[in-house]
Amino acid sequence: MGKRVGMEVSIGAAEAVKLARAECIAAYPITPQTHIVEHLSELVNNGELDAEFIPVESEHSAMSVCCGCSAVGARTFTCTSSQGMALMNEILFIVPAMRLPIVMILANRSLSSPLSIWNDHSDIMSIRDTGWIQLFAENGQEVVDHVLFAFKVAENPNVLLPVMINMDGFILSHVIEPIELPDQDVVDKFLPPYNPVQRLHPDHPITMGAFAIPDLFTETKKAQEEAIKSSFPYIIKAWDELGNTIGRYYNPIEKYKSEGKKILFITMGSFGETVMTAIDMMEEKGIDVGLIRIRLWRPFPEKEFLDAIKDADILIVIDRAITFGGMAGPVTTEIRSVLYHEENMPAVVGFICGLAGRDVTPKDYERMVEIAKEKVKKGKEKEYEIYGVRE
Amino acid sequence: MIEIRFHGRGGQGAVTSAEILAVSAINEGKYAQAFPSFGPERRGAPVIAFCRIDDHPIKIRANIYEPDIILVLDASLPELIDVTYGLKKGGILVSNFKHEIEKAREHLKTKEKIGVVNASKIAMEELKLPITNTTMLGALLKASQLVENSSVIDALKERFGKVADRNIHAFERAYKETVIINGSP
Repeated sequence: MGKRVGMEVSIGAAEAVKLARAECIAAYPITPQTHIVEHLSELVNNGELDAEFIPVESEHSAMSVCCGCSAVGARTFTCTSSQGMALMNEILFIVPAMRLPIVMILANRSLSSPLSIWNDHSDIMSIRDTGWIQLFAENGQEVVDHVLFAFKVAENPNVLLPVMINMDGFILSHVIEPIELPDQDVVDKFLPPYNPVQRLHPDHPITMGAFAIPDLFTETKKAQEEAIKSSFPYIIKAWDELGNTIGRYYNPIEKYKSEGKKILFITMGSFGETVMTAIDMMEEKGIDVGLIRIRLWRPFPEKEFLDAIKDADILIVIDRAITFGGMAGPVTTEIRSVLYHEENMPAVVGFICGLAGRDVTPKDYERMVEIAKEKVKKGKEKEYEIYGVRE
Repeated sequence: MIEIRFHGRGGQGAVTSAEILAVSAINEGKYAQAFPSFGPERRGAPVIAFCRIDDHPIKIRANIYEPDIILVLDASLPELIDVTYGLKKGGILVSNFKHEIEKAREHLKTKEKIGVVNASKIAMEELKLPITNTTMLGALLKASQLVENSSVIDALKERFGKVADRNIHAFERAYKETVIINGSP
């Protein structure tokens, strides 16, 4: 077993990339992802990680280089945040369409303007529909474990899709906490070298990312949609294997004190832990609330989600981004869509909070429960609320 | 769970002292978390860092508003800003302090337990630098033995390598020289 040590989550993430024996890394530093890139460049420079570290002049180039590396059959990693992610936007769509198993950490940060370096989910929600498999980590250990897991899923010949690990900027990236790094031999058994089904090679020419006339485009996109939907059982299988290897088991939907509860919080990412503390505090006061954490965002685990919320009357959905001019935050909208055909549909109350690093405390979640109950009583649950805004 | 807030100025190592404390606790098998008050770091400007220590996994990702202990690395800060806000009843304020001990309570503006030491003097003599982070950890442990001194010394060795000895001297000297004044009931 690996040793449990206190380290910054970003350093743990970079060490996990080393344990995964990534062969190519192309990245451009941007707050709050910087420490991951810095540490990886050190690991490559001092010979601890036998990889090509390709410094680039922009994130657009970073992802383009990653495309090339992955296409020739190298295990490829990158990471970015916010504005950097926005700059690689064009290539983000190309990667899953070309079925390239690149792994990326997105250290979530708000998008400008106003310029902010702090954390929210506006970056990830703007690239939701790129076709990447998308996961949310709740703590440092999950980031480390999911770097290993992501390569396992992405490179599965039945999947061959890129995987994005969302890690809340600062709230996770800059925190020192206990992290266990598995031993190299354990990781090597779990994650053997990447064996591509096909790759760019001068001896065996193939075309990737070709031009498609209207006659072919729809079928190509249908195939891509089928690919991500049918990746689900392989994702579950990889979590089982990871659990059997390192002793930590993960699920697409995680539950906390949710059995039989009539009111449930729905969260993604690091806010889940604070909500757990809020739930414990409310429990002492006799207020019964549970929590459902969405770990797998794409492909969305519809069946597991519906099963987890089946007893609830009120769902309090925490969004970390705004859908300007839309009906609610992106997660709330998604949840309502999932529930539409259900017979006993719970009331869905959406809150948008924690924008650009605004602190959200256990007391705030307790307040949200009160507000949600009040809204449902008045039949106003459809009106989402930007929590704590000064007007 | 013990919650600690660190006050310093950019460049004095408030974040580093929170990190060293957390690593020391984790190495003892405890659970801990350390993090800065996130923002663009500016040398010389007041900065804050946080640390939580517990025997159980810590499930909270929010700032600390009602600390059990406040550690002030810079002697001039209590005169400029209210460093005592939110301090729990029965809590402890540990500060770098340049004046006579008799004036500590008046200067630090709290009725709770106080720990004071002239950390700037110790740092200048031991490190030849006005960086008080490792020195103030000695004062912190004197006021409240959150972790063993040996755990901090091990963490300092790992973190500072060649200059660890000087930091350890500063840490140990502060532990000896810190004066504790109990809170008024």
